[in-house]
Amino acid sequence: MSDSIEVAGQTPDQQQPYKELGLTDDEYAKIRDILGRRPTAAELALYSVMWSEHCSYKSSKVHLRSLAPGADQSEHLLAGIGANAGVVDIGQGYAVTFKIESHNHPSFVEPHQGAATGIGGIVRDIIAMGARPVAVMDALRFGPADAHDTARVLPGVVSGISFYGNCLGLPNIGGELVFDACYAGNPLVNALCVGLMSHGDLQAAVASGLGNKVVLFGSRTGPDGVGGASVLASSSFGGAEPKSTVFGGAEPGSTAGAGDGRASKRPSVQVGDPFLEKLLIECCLELYAMNLIEGIQDLGAAGVACATTELAAGGDGGMRVDLDAIPLRDPSLTPAEILMSESQERMMAVVTPDNIDAFLRVCGKWDVQATVIGEVTDDGTLTMTWRGTTVVSIPPKTAADGPVYQRPMARPSELDALAASGPDGLARPRDGQALRDTLLTLLGSPCLADKSWVTQQYDSRVRGNTVLAMPEDGGLLRIDEETGLGIALATDGNGRYCRLDPYVGTQLALAEAYRNVAMTGAEPIAVTNCLNFGSPEDPEVMWQLAAAVRGLADGCKTLGIPVTGGNVSLYNQTGANAIHPTPVIGVLGVHEDVRKRLAVGFAADGAQVVLLGTTTEEFGGSAWADVVHKHLGGRPPAVDLAAERKLAALIGSAASAGVLASAHDLSDGGLAIALAESCLRGGRGCRVNLAGPTPTDVFTMLFSESAARAIVSVSPGREDAFAALCAAHKVPSTMLGVTGGSSLTVNGSFEVPLDELKRVWQDTLPALFG
Amino acid sequence: MGGSRLTSRMGAPAPHPPWPSPLAPVPPGAGPMLCYPGGHPRTPGKDIGPAYAGKLHSVRIGVVTFPGSLDDTDAARAVRYAGAAPVPLWHADRDLRGVDAVILPGGFSYGDYLRCGAIARFSPVMAELIPAAKAGLPVLGICNGFQILCEAQLLPGALTRNARLRFIHADVRLTVGGTPTPWTAGYAAGQQLLVPIKNGEGAYAADEATLDELERTGRVVARYSDGALNGSARDIAGVCNENGNVVGLMPHPEHAIDPLTGPSADGLGFFISVVSRGDGLPAWGAPAPHPPRPPYPPTDEEAEA
Repeated sequence: MSDSIEVAGQTPDQQQPYKELGLTDDEYAKIRDILGRRPTAAELALYSVMWSEHCSYKSSKVHLRSLAPGADQSEHLLAGIGANAGVVDIGQGYAVTFKIESHNHPSFVEPHQGAATGIGGIVRDIIAMGARPVAVMDALRFGPADAHDTARVLPGVVSGISFYGNCLGLPNIGGELVFDACYAGNPLVNALCVGLMSHGDLQAAVASGLGNKVVLFGSRTGPDGVGGASVLASSSFGGAEPKSTVFGGAEPGSTAGAGDGRASKRPSVQVGDPFLEKLLIECCLELYAMNLIEGIQDLGAAGVACATTELAAGGDGGMRVDLDAIPLRDPSLTPAEILMSESQERMMAVVTPDNIDAFLRVCGKWDVQATVIGEVTDDGTLTMTWRGTTVVSIPPKTAADGPVYQRPMARPSELDALAASGPDGLARPRDGQALRDTLLTLLGSPCLADKSWVTQQYDSRVRGNTVLAMPEDGGLLRIDEETGLGIALATDGNGRYCRLDPYVGTQLALAEAYRNVAMTGAEPIAVTNCLNFGSPEDPEVMWQLAAAVRGLADGCKTLGIPVTGGNVSLYNQTGANAIHPTPVIGVLGVHEDVRKRLAVGFAADGAQVVLLGTTTEEFGGSAWADVVHKHLGGRPPAVDLAAERKLAALIGSAASAGVLASAHDLSDGGLAIALAESCLRGGRGCRVNLAGPTPTDVFTMLFSESAARAIVSVSPGREDAFAALCAAHKVPSTMLGVTGGSSLTVNGSFEVPLDELKRVWQDTLPALFG
Repeated sequence: MGGSRLTSRMGAPAPHPPWPSPLAPVPPGAGPMLCYPGGHPRTPGKDIGPAYAGKLHSVRIGVVTFPGSLDDTDAARAVRYAGAAPVPLWHADRDLRGVDAVILPGGFSYGDYLRCGAIARFSPVMAELIPAAKAGLPVLGICNGFQILCEAQLLPGALTRNARLRFIHADVRLTVGGTPTPWTAGYAAGQQLLVPIKNGEGAYAADEATLDELERTGRVVARYSDGALNGSARDIAGVCNENGNVVGLMPHPEHAIDPLTGPSADGLGFFISVVSRGDGLPAWGAPAPHPPRPPYPPTDEEAEA
């Protein structure tokens, strides 16, 4: 017999497994308070997922409020935080929507499907805004490159992203690949998707209009992913295991399993079918073009529970849903399981009765299953029936707006000690040979080595509009063939800087993504972010989160661009080991004419190599300290957002004026790595003077990680014009040398032939992963 | 050398202008290297000879979309850049809309369920296409399109999982060879192109007898110059049928039509070849006259002829 609202009213004292579903005593009491009775099993399931950390952002919401952009940041903003994805105006009648999201926990449990469905999920968010998805990016972080488990997780994650993204026909135009011991039990898989639309195409996640139909379309609903939000993404690994009988159905033999919780959490990983999603994309775009949709929501975490709740809460009335109407893959699913299922490739739309036939016809053309499962009402209640009884009857806003917590925060006790144990005492290379060895050691280290092993598994060209993709500084897409209008994207994060100082570290990540976009010649205009942190029940982690969010909010204000949306992923820890606080910042820019883009590689011989910005001794959290000395301590580099703005403006002007042959920003590994990358990418060497022009020593010039810097090569003959631009934009510039030859030469120190650079750089990942 | 061989073997008239060197470096901001009247917008006009004037949009090339096709828009763009009109063909329609040639584009038709191309091969549009191809209609299958042509037995052999069982996307050098086909006539024999491959199932396979036959009859139209990254037998990147009108190509020429968005513009030649021969093509439905194909590489006597 089903647990209906009548039965619930009559059995107030029945024990309910709310703890196993991830709810606290207080939360459970609150639910009883809202409903005036105990919740039914289905309602309990619904609240448990909607109030999970992953769906409700209950621990982070108070802090995220500060990200709301001011008027002076919102010039291009069309839809901001709170929508499925942010939307910005890029001119010429086009709008772009983009967002980054995490799929960390599933990717540890089942790397291939976890990563694949991460792509699927973010793509559906973009579709739900009314846009055609046009590109993806992936920011990946794993444990040590030579660790046994990394060999399990990394290839699976990459093959999953490859499998799903390639089959959807979305070019993968960039991302990150980072190895650090802190991610060993908690890899980070952050997926970004960007979509293109015209201004009028913007869709809303709202159910209004009495009598309008609610339609579920896409794949059938099955038991996959049940508990993904509440159990998998909202708790740490290695903690108490959930009981297996909470969902009321037969359980496929999940046991207490391995200490890391992997085995028992496997049923919670979703399984993806990108072909179905490709059909869904085309189907939705046709539905939008024909104006057949009043409101739309994608089904991601917490499936039907979330989509119905959010659509109903977004509207002004209520909703009635018949769970029997939902097409099932497994007829034995209980209402609670139906609600919590995270079966992929599903969307929910609100359609007027007049449009229903046309809607179903379009779905039929694309072979997409569509079913009317309910309608919009005016009673302010979300009501669901199953086999003749009412199993859910709740005020939808109470589920959509979950609890808001002010978690206790405490400044991490390690911070002072970390800051005090700086890199100044670390042994430095003294002579040319030692400097040469250091360069090659860094260049061949897993974080800095050639990432082709990964990126060659991604199609970066499909749709024919990719102008720049990895390993360039930013991905650059052409939007308009006539005018050359384009968009540039970059994602960046640095867990080590953030561990030393989450406020500054987050601003450095923002600055780096901003700078990377600017290097293509584009103007940065908007920000998305994925905040990957440990457990919010740890006050030190909460302090880190709060500091990071403040850093991001302040940084965006200074740069004059808005945060348009993003994602928070908490509980990235195993037992007591939390990851470094790792905010990943995505920046979107607009390029006036992609034919004038700048790229990383030295493109011409005899071009002046110029270093822009100021270099001081800043090795805290640097790649040199990490790779050579396994050291993390001191202060991260100073942030100067005003300088970043000037640098970005200079590169933009220089690109328009056509005076540069290449541009590449400096980040991990400093000038040495940037020079090596520009040589390798351009297929030509360079000869530079580092001892003469500045008072700083050669080692600092080569490996310091001071921010707001870039190296450019100037088109032969345009040196004066470029110098004038530097002066006009007030960016310090230092002439280092000239491109040409077949070696990277630092006068008076060392010379490395390109062949040797290439070998060291290219061999690392294939040697590790096959 | 190349021009006179074409004339004598194919009986086709006009020589064509030489193609720009495919591996010449492109300065930044240069824009596309090749440009054709009526094709790419805003490219500096380049005289490619009076033979091409008046061909704007008079040649119509169909591009089929199956559920899951991905590079159909890219193939259509390549057709546009070549100065012809792309015509969208829907998989479920038994209608080729009277086009002069057909392209089966890349992608994951039907999600690669069962085998790549196995389901697409039974689409209504293929019911029209197969007899037309047998009658001489020029058909180019790119990547998934090549797989579909093999499943439809319009081409011999099959495409199997890549050597390392991984999807690979890379820019590779191809050598054009074999006896010229409507799709390759614009290239000189032995010409090198820089074109991307992007596939998971791109290893061409056939039994030894078939491979020998293909070689002997000059039906290997493209080969990986530096060895096949995907494990294709004999480094074969593309083959054609006995008549030469059906070509399967694993690499993606439609992604090498503009140095702005690809590794080169070398791939444009495939599309220009078929466009420039538009008037000389036999109407499909009539068998194409064809002399026996010479072996490739040519023997000394033929090189001197």
